[in-house]
Amino acid sequence: MAIARPSLEDNPLEHDIEKMAPSGALERDPDGEYMLLNMGPSHPSTHGVLQIVLELDGERVVTAKPEIGYLHRGMEKIAETYGYNKFIPYTDRMDYLAPISNNIACALGIEAVNGIVTPPRCQAIRVICAELGRISAHLLGLGAFAMDVGALTVFLYTFREREVIYDLMEALTGARFTVSFTRVGGIARDLPDGWTDAVLRFVQKLPGTLEEDVELLLTTNRIWVDRLQGVGVIPRDVALDYGLTGPCLRGSGVEWDLRKEQPYIGYENYDFDVPVGEHGDAYDRYLLRIEEIKQSARIVQQAIAKLPGGPICVEDHKIVLPEKRKVLTSMEELIHQFMVVTEGPALPAGERYFGCENPKGELGFYVKTDGTGKPFRLRMRAPSFVNLAILPYLFPGALLSDTVAILGSLDFVMGECDR
Amino acid sequence: MTDLTDKATAEERPSVAVSAAMKVLRERWGDVIELAEENRGQWRVELSSRDPLVDIVRHLKETADLQFDFLVDVTALDHYGEEPRFRAVYVLRSMKLSEDLVLKVKVPEQAESGGTWAPSLTPLFRSANWLEREVYDMFGIEFRGHPDLRRIMMPEIFEGHPLRKDFPMEGTMTDHEWAEWIIARAQRVEESEAAGGTD
Repeated sequence: MAIARPSLEDNPLEHDIEKMAPSGALERDPDGEYMLLNMGPSHPSTHGVLQIVLELDGERVVTAKPEIGYLHRGMEKIAETYGYNKFIPYTDRMDYLAPISNNIACALGIEAVNGIVTPPRCQAIRVICAELGRISAHLLGLGAFAMDVGALTVFLYTFREREVIYDLMEALTGARFTVSFTRVGGIARDLPDGWTDAVLRFVQKLPGTLEEDVELLLTTNRIWVDRLQGVGVIPRDVALDYGLTGPCLRGSGVEWDLRKEQPYIGYENYDFDVPVGEHGDAYDRYLLRIEEIKQSARIVQQAIAKLPGGPICVEDHKIVLPEKRKVLTSMEELIHQFMVVTEGPALPAGERYFGCENPKGELGFYVKTDGTGKPFRLRMRAPSFVNLAILPYLFPGALLSDTVAILGSLDFVMGECDR
Repeated sequence: MTDLTDKATAEERPSVAVSAAMKVLRERWGDVIELAEENRGQWRVELSSRDPLVDIVRHLKETADLQFDFLVDVTALDHYGEEPRFRAVYVLRSMKLSEDLVLKVKVPEQAESGGTWAPSLTPLFRSANWLEREVYDMFGIEFRGHPDLRRIMMPEIFEGHPLRKDFPMEGTMTDHEWAEWIIARAQRVEESEAAGGTD
């Protein structure tokens, strides 16, 4: 379609790339006889609607120019208009491979402004859910990555495991996918009977199935190794300079995990390792995601083993809804319910940045509250957005077929990138 | 409000180095620092002038004890109805200290106050490239020194800046107007191609 295809005048390819990308990787053709190729916005390996305008010299990429924004929905504006709790369902639609992780990050970001600390049981449930979200996101990331590179089978195996997580989420929240589970100051409901046993069975079996169905197929697979090792190398300094977070940063050898460095919801009480890569290539990022799944399974087991009792929300009914039984019998609780529903949670004015280690990287929230039921500003620092900015650096010099492997190894989601 | 002071202190980490750095900042740039306060272990520094921002960030980045060498986020706030209207917000991180630091700069809207611009941090951090483009797109703050300041989310031809408080939630064009505009643009492209355009 003509309108989706930028012409050369619309996209002057030459003015910025040379400043941002390593120079000297390729000598520019003085005649300017490069082929212009549009990858995306609907391309199977761009994981959504990412468009990359590539300049090709034969099969090698000379310049790459990502165009994003096709999925922009103005979520930050929506947050300012609808208020805190009404915004939680929108966060499901950001990183839609791990909706519950976004719910938790959003609630934590809003709570962090006034230092609201949720009860221990709520924190433990949030940890279990966040790690299940991470497992789910990494499983799909690995499956889609393998599929992009040509190993179709793995996707089916990882999706079989994700299906179990969908079922668990359905039992917990009533929704399989867009769960909207957290509230400011707590979570929507307590765990159903037998849920922790089902989770335990799943996470105990997971490392074994992962080894059997994913690692045996891929880790020493000659094609897989040849296609990934040395591809998409991000040196340590470059990763930091571009602000990468999550597995992309750790793959480059930077041991930085917010769960360890700035612990929240009680992550300091769990014993887990932060894997780091050595070479910063796509293969390292693959190994790292496998290891992170196993570590997440460890965290979930520990959290279930010492799951505390008690309330699941803070005891302040100006912030969270009171029990329905009390609403129907007590005047004060009725007023609280009315105020929380109509006006929103009463959060005093303040502002703070809060970062949360999500599957794709650091999902940060800069929230400014103004004492009303709606945020003055709710800024979301999306890891996929920041991680994708490295493409003009990574692509030049790569083969066209490698670009697909690089995209898969970065593991981004456009719903989160564009917001 | 729930009283959670006991639990909140457990979250706070000692930030001796940052407190010392605040002292240095106050000594060197005391006239522009309007506010420097700590919110549960995170310092926020508000500057009245945008001119020394790059120097301050360079100082924070290059001082060996601090090493705020990771730019986490760039964003902005719109205090509509006030002048200066905007605040540019920079979140810096020191991985050495495991500390975050928020810098806020006042950005006026009126031309007589210098216009809607903020200094760009792209010379110091490459991550500033896209983050500042997004702020430019959403708030219309021009980042001086940015190598490639274009819209990033909205189409290039879009008018207005959606995250400004005076931009209506429902947008400025109806769906029908958008459809008409898109068709007209497609026709223009086709005509120019038929007339022997590039491609």
